[in-house]
Amino acid sequence: MFEIEVNGKMIEAKPGEMLLSTLRRNGINVPTLCHMEGLAPTGACRLCVVEVEGRPGLIPSCSFPVIEGLKVKTHSPRAMRARRTIVELLLANHPDECLYCSRNNNCELQSLAAELGVDQRLYSGSKNDYKIDASSPSIVRDPAKCILCGKCVRVCEEVQGVSAIDFTFRGSSSIVGTAFGQGLNVSSCVNCGQCILVCPTGALSERNSIKDVLAALEDPSKTVVVQHAPAVSVTLGELLGLKPGKDVMGIMTAAFRKLGFDKAFDTCFTADLTIMEEGSELVQRIKTGGTLPMFTSCSPGWIKFIEQFYPEYLPNVSSCKSPQQMMGAVIKSYWAEKTGVDPRDIYSVSIMPCTAKKFEAGRPEMGRGGVPDIDAVLTTRELAQMIRMRGVDIHALEPEDADTPFGERSSAGKLFGATGGVMEAAIRSAYYLITGEELEHLKVTAVRGLKGVKEAKVKIGDLEVGVAVVSGLMNARELIEQIKAGRNDLHFIEVMCCPGGCISGGGQPVGVSVDAVQARMRALYQIDRDEDLRVSHKNKWVQRLYEEFLGEPLGHKSHELLHTKYNKRDVIF
Amino acid sequence: MASVDINQILAKYANAGRDALIPLLQEVQESYGYLSRDAVIQIGRQLNLPVSKIYGVATFYNQFRFHAPGKFHVQVCRGTACHVKGSAGVLEAIKRHLKIEPGQTTRDGMFSLEIVACIGVCGLAPVIRVGEEVYAEVTPDKVKRILNSYRRKEAANE
Amino acid sequence: MSELLFNRFGEGCWHQTQKPCPDLVDCLREGPKCQQNEEKKAEYAKLMAVYRRDTIAKPVIYLGMGTCGLGAGAGKTLAAIKAYLNEKAIDADVVEVGCIGMCSAEPLMDVQLPGRTRVGFTHVTEDKVAALLDGALKGEFDREALLGQLKPQHDGIKAWDDLPFMEDHDFFKPQTRWVLVNCGLIDPGSIEEYISRGGYTALAKVLKSMTQQEVCAEVETSGLRGRGGAGFPAGTKWKFALRESSNQKYFICNADEGDPGAFMDRAVIEGDPHRMLEGMIIGAYAIGADKAYVYIRAEYPLAIKRLAAAIEQAKAYGLLGENILDSGFNLKVIIKQGAGAFVCGEETALIHSVEGKRGMPRPRPPFPAVSGAFEKPTIINNVETLANIASIINNGASWFNAIGTERSKGTKVFALSGKVNRTGLVEVAMGTTVRQIIEEIGGGIGNGKAFKAVQMGGPSGGCIPQQHMDIEIDYDSLKKVGAIMGSGGMVVMDEDNCMVDVAKFFMDFIQRESCGKCIPCREGTKRMLEILKAITRARRTEGGFQALERFKGIMYLQKLAEVIQDCSLCALGQTAPNPVLSTLRWFHDEYEAHIFDRKCPAGVCTELLIYDIDAEKCTGCTACATQCPAEAIMGKPKTPHYIVQDKCIGCGSCLTTCRFDAITAS
Repeated sequence: MFEIEVNGKMIEAKPGEMLLSTLRRNGINVPTLCHMEGLAPTGACRLCVVEVEGRPGLIPSCSFPVIEGLKVKTHSPRAMRARRTIVELLLANHPDECLYCSRNNNCELQSLAAELGVDQRLYSGSKNDYKIDASSPSIVRDPAKCILCGKCVRVCEEVQGVSAIDFTFRGSSSIVGTAFGQGLNVSSCVNCGQCILVCPTGALSERNSIKDVLAALEDPSKTVVVQHAPAVSVTLGELLGLKPGKDVMGIMTAAFRKLGFDKAFDTCFTADLTIMEEGSELVQRIKTGGTLPMFTSCSPGWIKFIEQFYPEYLPNVSSCKSPQQMMGAVIKSYWAEKTGVDPRDIYSVSIMPCTAKKFEAGRPEMGRGGVPDIDAVLTTRELAQMIRMRGVDIHALEPEDADTPFGERSSAGKLFGATGGVMEAAIRSAYYLITGEELEHLKVTAVRGLKGVKEAKVKIGDLEVGVAVVSGLMNARELIEQIKAGRNDLHFIEVMCCPGGCISGGGQPVGVSVDAVQARMRALYQIDRDEDLRVSHKNKWVQRLYEEFLGEPLGHKSHELLHTKYNKRDVIF
Repeated sequence: MASVDINQILAKYANAGRDALIPLLQEVQESYGYLSRDAVIQIGRQLNLPVSKIYGVATFYNQFRFHAPGKFHVQVCRGTACHVKGSAGVLEAIKRHLKIEPGQTTRDGMFSLEIVACIGVCGLAPVIRVGEEVYAEVTPDKVKRILNSYRRKEAANE
Repeated sequence: MSELLFNRFGEGCWHQTQKPCPDLVDCLREGPKCQQNEEKKAEYAKLMAVYRRDTIAKPVIYLGMGTCGLGAGAGKTLAAIKAYLNEKAIDADVVEVGCIGMCSAEPLMDVQLPGRTRVGFTHVTEDKVAALLDGALKGEFDREALLGQLKPQHDGIKAWDDLPFMEDHDFFKPQTRWVLVNCGLIDPGSIEEYISRGGYTALAKVLKSMTQQEVCAEVETSGLRGRGGAGFPAGTKWKFALRESSNQKYFICNADEGDPGAFMDRAVIEGDPHRMLEGMIIGAYAIGADKAYVYIRAEYPLAIKRLAAAIEQAKAYGLLGENILDSGFNLKVIIKQGAGAFVCGEETALIHSVEGKRGMPRPRPPFPAVSGAFEKPTIINNVETLANIASIINNGASWFNAIGTERSKGTKVFALSGKVNRTGLVEVAMGTTVRQIIEEIGGGIGNGKAFKAVQMGGPSGGCIPQQHMDIEIDYDSLKKVGAIMGSGGMVVMDEDNCMVDVAKFFMDFIQRESCGKCIPCREGTKRMLEILKAITRARRTEGGFQALERFKGIMYLQKLAEVIQDCSLCALGQTAPNPVLSTLRWFHDEYEAHIFDRKCPAGVCTELLIYDIDAEKCTGCTACATQCPAEAIMGKPKTPHYIVQDKCIGCGSCLTTCRFDAITAS
């Protein structure tokens, strides 16, 4: 450690770190737009420039390694003028649509303009004229609002290993686009929405389904039901003024009823159901020499990824639908029968931390007789928007319980929201299915935490089961390559498309705050710790569903409703 | 008509890495006159590169075209020396004569027009290139003569 | 390719490709050393004299076939020469040489008769060939076309009486031709000619008797600074890379020559490719690289061809490849063609282009010498820098730094173009004044016009006005007047050029070539260009609001320029405002005329010109009216036409169309 002088004061610097890290650690806030924590600096936006004594010009602090003897001025008039001019230049080529933009009041460009005191339009020349790409069911691109920071390109390439988009053309004609400028829907985009999370402006957003849901709620002929993913209840509070990590499950259920939903179900119920089906499937494959390793199948971004890039491994993927789609299926069959409602009059909505779920709901195989199992998917962000829009004051609500028969859940099902959760739930139940006994220590630490790749060997009876947990598709790719090269010690692999799992999915609050993600994860683990019902196979309502309707796991009815097929996809990639 | 089939070209790059991308694109364009969508996809498969990246690289550089050029490709140098010696007028004359803008091809497929940054014959500015031939000290009046000589050659060949 | 010279050494020579001899180059120059055969040596010396064309058996006709020459019609001249010789059944050698640098005199043809000096002629188009050769082959020289004779290099050659010497010509006399010494004189397709003039002796010396540190030190002591424009001491840069320990290093020659108006590198590679190659091999040895790239722009097809041939020749002689001259040093040279991007002249952008990516710069540190191509230590040098290396090694650092100024040593090649009488390549000692180059060498401004400014350093540079013509050119002096030396482009402008138009031209160039990565350059230069366009926009197409915007814009020009300079990512952006700032500084009055008087004093900005038809001269042919894109010309056929000023957009088409000189623009 050594000291450098910044704005007249001495602060501590670590050898080898970039000046930006030193400044931020010492509470000196220098703005950035293109900076991505954990990735190499690209030096594109120039907002982080500072004055360094003895050096000509202004220095970008994101890519300047600290050395001894530095004398830095971070907010000198020259640096401030440069930053303000950069923002003015961005605004000169940006649509004047803040009030109509989905990122109004939540936009980094807007915040910067306010922070730097930009109060007039200085340059009124031409602006780039680009068309919106609304071809994808999940993601909408508005290149006119793009400031070319490159974060979406980097996330898609370096974190997800998909590279559906890249910078094209040059100079003022630069535009982020797909191969040949095609619509996103025919590209290799897997709809994960990680690009939306990192985008500083409204250039990327999800396909908004609020209008459709509101219309259904207004329609007296429709029975509107809603389900919500495990990650949503530990995240929603952040968008409604609460601190990260608060579980607002009960209040959210009450809010659903206030919004007019006829029934509020919990996707964790079908998470438990998935474990029954998938656990049985895994045991069957292990016992009868079926295709191994088996991959989980609840992440639709992952499914499109493997359909495109590694179709030869489709037989390895579990044939189980995702919990969202299982719920959709049992609502419009079992529940429709039970309550006497015509499935065609049911409008089934799901709240997801995910944009790929919008794509999944529209897959042709996810429905029967022309009736889709899920009619609309809202992201966590959209739900918060709808709650605010309808004037529901969450502070005035009392917590309520979810509706039967799909309201009961084990905490194992709740763990699905974080990376490793599916694996942990599966291990707990697989142990019981194979040995007939309960696992002694239900908490499987080896698969917990935000690391992108986790592996473990689990002893179940005489078997030693090799498991792996990956999140982020680049990690998935690397693991598949290992398997391609001959690795054969794994039986079961959980893949979550988004790094960290659903808690940092494409439908979650924008901006990537590691602290918030960790808080959401800790909330899930806390629920698991405090819960009585901690294993999927003890969920009484799941058992009842089998007794009354499905028969047994992997039975005929299960196959018809709860399992699916995948397709090799020919996209240009 | 391509001079070398793309599969032959790709065979030379059997174990090539990313750094072979630009030479490969150049060879394919050299043979076919431009980069077709299919060619770009095939190149992506050969080099195991996402096509969005290849498209990103190809659109970055002036050299690459995605549409077939004319039989005679006209390049007008708009470097400093040429500008100072009046190349703007030469460009206007060519545009007027061929009735196309830079980046386009004439309807009969005879000529296509491109602006280049500098051909390097600054001592004899203004300079244009038609196909492989370099013409120096071009003036707007000489334009018609130069272009017509190619029309005459074409007519003679038929 | 002709027979390899060492095959002539016969039985005694034990040089082979698989087992090279370190004395190869010495022997190639002086004959087989180890064979102790004086007769063989004498024979060989005669052969070398033939390659040097000191002694020739039959007449030799040289023709400048560089791209300049070809552009002036040398291709046709060559055909005419061959036809002539064939027709007259004359036995003579025809040698295609590169550019000697006197572009305005192309095509250049030289005739050398046995035992006499070489005599040069200018403007030898195909129609002049027969008459010139008729005389020259008899020893009678047409005075009109005569350039001069080359001074005799040794006793066996006799000069012609009362013919001027080329070396004394106003164009050549003030020059110090070190880099260009062979250009235009030798056949660039012959490695033997290069060797006969001492080529590759520097490489042999380096590999035999100098350590890597010694080579770096020698180059550093010479004071050689990067000739691409940045002017960083070459030897110092090499030392950075030598210091790094890595299993792979790269050496790259930057032959992109993106500056419009610069063609020095093209001429060197077309005219004397081995000089650059030798410098590159020495540089690769010095830093410890075994793989080298030459990144050359695709717009130079002839240079690429010559370079590729030179590399093959060097390989055949074992000067490239494995175990060069038995030193244990290996080097492979690969040609990479640029694909048309000015920004790829910037070193990190160039590296990305070599790696197959978009040519966009990245932040430094890390510097390429530490982590460059493929994240390995990489050195990038300009062509001209490398062309100096061999002479520095052969003659010593103190020979090189004996000329020049205090901080800029040696010579610099400039590409003189624009409104001078004698355009071309000139190589002068550092410290030569601008006036000397333009007036003495360049012969002053043509057509009796007055000098206005000379643009130095391309789009990154600035203009030197009349009052600073006596400035001594070196890396540092020009900065004081707001210009840079750059890669060597010097574009001369006269009273008929408009400086606002020039500034707009450069900003337009930068906008097209900006990579688009960083905001100040991408967005900032766009707005600067808009402001400049507003200044030259026609008043009649302007709304009232736009006039106000125009004034506002000028106020922001300075601020924008400073911010772009201060915080752009790379030198392209950092220097983008230079032409604007420079023209603003020295030609403020011209800007004011455009802004306030809405006039273009030089008569260039067409939109500010008023077009008028002289009724007396107009024949009513309607040609102009047909051409007018704005339908602003009225008149019945065979009666004088007139221009409706309100509709006229000032494109100038009518002026160029009129065959009767009836249209004026003022």
